[in-house]
Amino acid sequence: MKASNNDFSIHVATVNGSGSQTANTTLMRAVFQMGVPVSGKNLFPSNIAGLPTWFTIRVSERGYLARTRRNDVLVAMNPETSVEDIASMGPGSILLLNEGVPAPKIPGDRVVYKVPFNKLVEPLVPDAKLRKLVVNMIYVGVVSHLLGIDFEEVDHALTAQLGRKPKALDMNRAAVKLGAEYATEHLKPAPFRVERRNKTADKVLIEGNQAGALGALFGGVTFLSWYPITPSSSLAESLQGYLERYRRDPKTGEATFAVVQAEDEIAAIGMVLGASWTGARAMTTTSGPGLSLMTEFTGFAYYAEIPAVIWDIQRVGPSTGLPTRTSQADLLSTAFMSHGDTKHIILLPATVEDCYTFGMRAFDLAERFQTPVFVLSDLDIGMNTWMSDPFQYPDKPWDRGKILTAEDLAKTAKFERYRDLDGDGIPYRTLPGTDHPLAGYFTRGSGHDEQALYTENPDTYKRVMDRLAAKYETARVAVPPPVIDRTKGAEIGILGFGSSHWAILEARDRLAADGLTTSYLLLKALPFTKEVKSFLESMKVIYVVEQNRDAQMKALLTMEYPELATKLRSILHYDGLPIDAQSIVDQVQEREREGVLSR
Amino acid sequence: MTPEKRAPEQSANGNKNRIGLTVADYRGAKSTLCPGCGHDAITGSIIQAAFEAGIEPHRVAKLSGIGCSSKTPAYFLSRSHGFNAVHGRMPSIATGVSVANRSLTLLGVSGDGDTASIGLGQFLHLVRRNVPLLYIVENNGVYGLTKGQFSATADVGSKAKSGRVNELMPIDVCALAIELGCGFVARSFSGDPKQLRPILKAALSHRGTAVVDVISPCVTFNNHEGSTKSYLNVKEHDAPLHDIFFIPRYENIEVDYAPGESREVTLHDGSRITLKKLGEDYDPGDALRALETIHHGRQEDKFVTGLLYVDPDKEPFEQDLKLVETPLASLPLEKVRPPKEVLDEVMSGLMTGKA
Ligand SMILES: Cc1ncc(C[n+]2csc(CCOP(=O)(O)OP(=O)(O)O)c2C)c(N)n1
Ligand code: SF4
Ligand SMILES: [Mg+2]
Repeated sequence: MKASNNDFSIHVATVNGSGSQTANTTLMRAVFQMGVPVSGKNLFPSNIAGLPTWFTIRVSERGYLARTRRNDVLVAMNPETSVEDIASMGPGSILLLNEGVPAPKIPGDRVVYKVPFNKLVEPLVPDAKLRKLVVNMIYVGVVSHLLGIDFEEVDHALTAQLGRKPKALDMNRAAVKLGAEYATEHLKPAPFRVERRNKTADKVLIEGNQAGALGALFGGVTFLSWYPITPSSSLAESLQGYLERYRRDPKTGEATFAVVQAEDEIAAIGMVLGASWTGARAMTTTSGPGLSLMTEFTGFAYYAEIPAVIWDIQRVGPSTGLPTRTSQADLLSTAFMSHGDTKHIILLPATVEDCYTFGMRAFDLAERFQTPVFVLSDLDIGMNTWMSDPFQYPDKPWDRGKILTAEDLAKTAKFERYRDLDGDGIPYRTLPGTDHPLAGYFTRGSGHDEQALYTENPDTYKRVMDRLAAKYETARVAVPPPVIDRTKGAEIGILGFGSSHWAILEARDRLAADGLTTSYLLLKALPFTKEVKSFLESMKVIYVVEQNRDAQMKALLTMEYPELATKLRSILHYDGLPIDAQSIVDQVQEREREGVLSR
Repeated sequence: MTPEKRAPEQSANGNKNRIGLTVADYRGAKSTLCPGCGHDAITGSIIQAAFEAGIEPHRVAKLSGIGCSSKTPAYFLSRSHGFNAVHGRMPSIATGVSVANRSLTLLGVSGDGDTASIGLGQFLHLVRRNVPLLYIVENNGVYGLTKGQFSATADVGSKAKSGRVNELMPIDVCALAIELGCGFVARSFSGDPKQLRPILKAALSHRGTAVVDVISPCVTFNNHEGSTKSYLNVKEHDAPLHDIFFIPRYENIEVDYAPGESREVTLHDGSRITLKKLGEDYDPGDALRALETIHHGRQEDKFVTGLLYVDPDKEPFEQDLKLVETPLASLPLEKVRPPKEVLDEVMSGLMTGKA
């Protein structure tokens, strides 16, 4: 597909640590302010400075925010990767080449603009170190001129970021102007441009981790313990920022929260369990390797029935996997995480808005069901920039679940911690410090009876296990249901979750344009709700789209609905990059061709 | 009058303490440990100490890891909330509990395996943070619950039941705690309740982490000849630094000793510890001296017991976090959900990109 006005992507290839972030944000925001939907994806290495990094701005009038493999505008600043970067460009694309950067032979149907960035910046910035940063603003000027990005918007975006640092603002403004002037004088017009629209009014641009942090903030988090790990750190750090700003009394300096940086993830989850057992709203954030370390404690919490909110911002592989790439491969191990028969409640945010609402909802579910609740986000949602409607202020109070106070206890003859009184599998709990002789109980793993006394009695043990299973059944009607978009007459279904959502949306449009209409189920949580089953039943074939190698969601569906399993087909994507629509379209079309042949 | 002549913490009202509870109110379930196990003797001292100190059971959280020792919280203070966690990870649970409700008194029981092997990292970080908690190590030099393997506190030359001799350096939890600035470090012996009880009471009054390492013979797996942590051997090699007396803050007792015969330490809550000299004068405020004493004790095959180190004024962890007075666990929604204006402010920032 060829680039056209308001439908293209800009690739900026720079070096990690070269300070291109302000420049890229300026470009992205300026387009956004012109009323055209954008998304920003940062492809960065596991490194502080020196390795190549790419920032992609997708400009899409139709609001497609997923990654695209298209490379319509390349700003080649990095000599290390320029040859490869340029080779990946398609016909009709635009290349902005930093003079002196190596380039292969470029076919004639690409538009090449050579810009002597270094020569331009030299007289503007005497300090060589600073020059490295400011040079990025020159490409902002050039690109904006070429693509018709309004300079007033560029200036707004720049001022929003640097308004508090007038000196830096002036210098960056000068650099933008320099780039623009150079382009006006030396460069011919580009084949496609940005045109003003009205599709971003009242929208926000935000990263998923920041959205999750806001959710936790308004969900009333009181305790956060975490151990730094990419790509989850920005959730903990932005939450800490919000808490410091909005939950610390400016007069007394007193906080209604505690943030503890733990010594490791075992301690992080241990602190969370201790805190929520005591009555705090406690959460932790982590990524794959850290989640593995939490395994023993989460199994314990499942059996001892202690609430916990655990965010996993999924990345690829082990410590020396691809820590800065995305995946959905922690699904299966999280669904059953730990020893014994365990199965967990999992929330699957697909959008930044989901991150926000699940940031609150996870606490309500954890406390209602007295169990760990996992939020499986990923690097693509968590650390990339997404356009969204602004978030709604919660219209409901929180749900703290079944907690008995001293007053409640005064009205009863006895308190049994693990007795199912309501028939929903959920017992009542008391908090330490409750001033009533009946309040105390002894928390331990699964070897307990209804009164929380130790027992190894087989019948009692089985009762405990069956009640926990019953509780999980109750959760089925409490977790967020899937979002279903049915197309009349469609026999082909697509089932997806998490960040794949965006590529699926786009892929469905393209498939439909090619004559293949589909219905779509966007799964938001485990356990599966009844809507999932009826969706599977109503479709002839269901493509399960997921970003892992082993078809983990398909495996879960197969376990749950073996009788429907033959309808399921996998669309997989696991190279570390966010899934794109074309990958889905290609795989579906190929499978459909096979299917038709074999029918 | 010397304090040992009466239990000053007991009220005049015979067998009730100052909050009107009896010893029975501090007991727990029946122990399932081996008869004669040192851990049961420590449980007895904990019950007595909590009773004498007049602690409100509902204000206590009992925490433990995994091991025979870690089972014991079920055997005392049955009215308190208890948390038998996973192996070696009680410190992280304690940290969460303490931060969530700073008004609770935390009493942790661990073993030498639980603390010095699998849990060493968490133990050190707990001490480093100075989380307010009495942390008792019931130290028998073996893994009792898994049937007698050496633990990391086994002394060099100590013989296992199987005949194997430990050649590895023991980890001294007291020395480590002192090194990390712990404000209350003591060692005692399960068979010496007269020393252990005042230590426990004082430790419960301390406002940071108090580490009490109690040598506690395992009668089933480590009580034979050749074991350094058998009853007989510990009794023979117990070298108390001083006689210890504890005077709670609500008692106004003057203790008269000849000048130079004793030392007094005032804890943060106003209670006092009196240390009566036994032989050499020992200053528990000197960390280097404490480490030296532990070191020499080991060289001479002695168990140096008593209050090894104390610094009553160390700031506890909660101070660092600058928490509101109300426990985090009991904050109402209005206190923890910011008003709509805050969301509006954040959202408008995200619309314009203004930081
Ligand atoms: C993760 C884990 N590994 C191993 C065990 C098995 N285990 C139970 S108790 C114990 C040792 C306990 O030794 P210690 O803390 O000295 O307690 P004691 O029984 O001697 O009082 C071990 C290794 C366990 N419960 N959990
Ligand atoms: S095995 Fe040892 S430590 Fe365990 S209960 Fe028996 S005597 Fe005590
Ligand atoms: Mg032991």
